[in-house]
Amino acid sequence: MTAGMKQGMNSTTFRWFWFASPQTFFPLAGTIARWCALGAALLALAGLYVGLVAAPTDAQQGEVYRIIFIHVPAAWMSMFIYLVMAGWAAVGLAFNTRLSFMMAQALAPTGALFTFIALWTGSLWGRPTWGTYWVWDARLTSELILLFLYLGFMALHAAIDDPRRADRASALLAVVGAVNVPIIYYSVQWWNTLHQGASVSLTKAPSMAATMLTGMLLMALAFWAYSIAAALVRVRCIIRERE
Amino acid sequence: MSHGFFIWASYVVTFAALALEVAFLFRRSRRAGPSRQIK
Repeated sequence: MTAGMKQGMNSTTFRWFWFASPQTFFPLAGTIARWCALGAALLALAGLYVGLVAAPTDAQQGEVYRIIFIHVPAAWMSMFIYLVMAGWAAVGLAFNTRLSFMMAQALAPTGALFTFIALWTGSLWGRPTWGTYWVWDARLTSELILLFLYLGFMALHAAIDDPRRADRASALLAVVGAVNVPIIYYSVQWWNTLHQGASVSLTKAPSMAATMLTGMLLMALAFWAYSIAAALVRVRCIIRERE
Repeated sequence: MSHGFFIWASYVVTFAALALEVAFLFRRSRRAGPSRQIK
């Protein structure tokens, strides 16, 4: 732990504003990224073992259901990362903090990647299950719009030369685009979609076997840890490129 | 087409995409210069 990190974390309080500066956040991000990368690797190995080996064959779908062990966590991450990105963008717009804009910028490629993975794996699950790779139903279409929002955010940021103006313009797009996330989540309730409703909910008991749920949660935790590590490594690159 | 194709196409592409992102991050990190300048 560096002297700067010790200064930010004294024995009684965590000094949030101390770490709002890119220079003081930089070493902390490196430490967290290393631990999260290690955690992601271990959790992914455990998730792969449970998902591909330990989990039993599904009575209705057969083996092809094993795609959900990556499809569902990737879809969760695609929405969650967008909300976190929009949150950082909103904080940046409200308080004009450089690190907030940098965090939003660092999260976008990983969010786009998980959105692509959710669409890709969903499509490969849909072919043997529904008989088609793609339908223009509300869930699939709104998830595709999420991918375009991520790509639009990155393209807009890259298109403006002045970093401060690029930060503000892309942050505004991120905040406005956040309206799409509840549309994705509730699309299966609001419209009559081919995509089924949620199998896992905070308010209801899960409708799947415990082993299957364990495999899915392990993979979700692995994707969480991976996303944190990837975003923090990227924000360290952005800090070095800009500061 | 067997179900095995769909399962492996999902897993292989997912982890290949994540590995590609890691590779790009390492490259960008190397190009961004040593971290000593920030510390």
